[in-house]
Amino acid sequence: MAGDDKSPSGSKPPAGSKDRELAKRLSDLGERLAAAEKANTSSSGEAGAGGAADASSLAGALRLAGEFVAGVIVGSLLGWGLDYALGTSPWGLIVFLLLGFAAGVMNVMRAAGFVRSGPPGRT
Amino acid sequence: MASPTEQFAITPLSGPLFHISNAPIAFTNSAAFMVAVVLIVVVFCLTTSARPSLVPGRLQNVGELFYEFVANTVRQSAGHDAMGFVPFVFALFSFVLVANLLGLLPYSFTVTSHIIVTAALSLLVIGTVIVYGFAKHGVGFLKLFVPSGVPGWLLPMLVVIEVISFLSRPISLSVRLFANMLAGHIALKIFAGFVTSLLAAGFWSVLSPLPLLLTVALSALEMLVAVLQAYVFAVLTSIYLHDALHPGH
Repeated sequence: MAGDDKSPSGSKPPAGSKDRELAKRLSDLGERLAAAEKANTSSSGEAGAGGAADASSLAGALRLAGEFVAGVIVGSLLGWGLDYALGTSPWGLIVFLLLGFAAGVMNVMRAAGFVRSGPPGRT
Repeated sequence: MASPTEQFAITPLSGPLFHISNAPIAFTNSAAFMVAVVLIVVVFCLTTSARPSLVPGRLQNVGELFYEFVANTVRQSAGHDAMGFVPFVFALFSFVLVANLLGLLPYSFTVTSHIIVTAALSLLVIGTVIVYGFAKHGVGFLKLFVPSGVPGWLLPMLVVIEVISFLSRPISLSVRLFANMLAGHIALKIFAGFVTSLLAAGFWSVLSPLPLLLTVALSALEMLVAVLQAYVFAVLTSIYLHDALHPGH
């Protein structure tokens, strides 16, 4: 913000000593604002980050149960559908229920942060 | 005493407007509350951005806080290149948040306590992920289902597991929001019902303040759940959008 305020006023025609004085005061204010902002973020940054971490960890905790159940339900529904379509009852249900269980566990591990789906090279 | 699930009943407020394969489509109380939610959000955004100034006033500050909260959530969970999705996530977040909070008012209707609403929202999210992922990466979007660094003989099974995991996302997304709102409102109604039952129970009415206190505490908890579930919805939307942007593991 401080830089934004300073640059347009500095680009205005600084004709006359009054304008120059004003520009100097503005840049002075900008520096002080930047310093204050820096101090502010370094002191309250931890508190802010803690609050955000609290909120997101609470949110993560609320995710866990549903993620697991959803995996199992989708797996068994897929298996049941395959059985229905191909007439392979009960094997599709058995196999896909187990696979759904694995998918549910993976969902939970992902939600808990044990498995990252982002960076390459990690599984 | 009224049934605890009576508050979720959908009643038509108008005659049937039109028919879809013989099913009458009417303007219901659910639709009315959805309109109210959208109106509240629109009025909020218009009033907070009515007179923008470099040094924000009180109202503008509230609006900017709200916007920056969503923008930061998207930036943290989906990355910088997903900032184009901020309006989408903002709309979802504000709709769910206001619908949840509006439902906490007495005599109001909770739009998000119906799974058809939350399922429509989550299918919109997943549909956006799939369409955008295929539009941006083409067939490369399917790399989402192929984890890297896995021995070949294990790969087919892991792909199936990944597909199931992906399909379970809209379900967990919609069921979580719906179940939280439904369970919370039923619990509130039941404990509030205990107060009236105890008051009518002669001597035992001395116990009636206890469920009343619990109802007050539950109301506070429901407030937290309402805000938190909207936040969870926004965070998960951004995480899924991140997958659409970077499908490679």
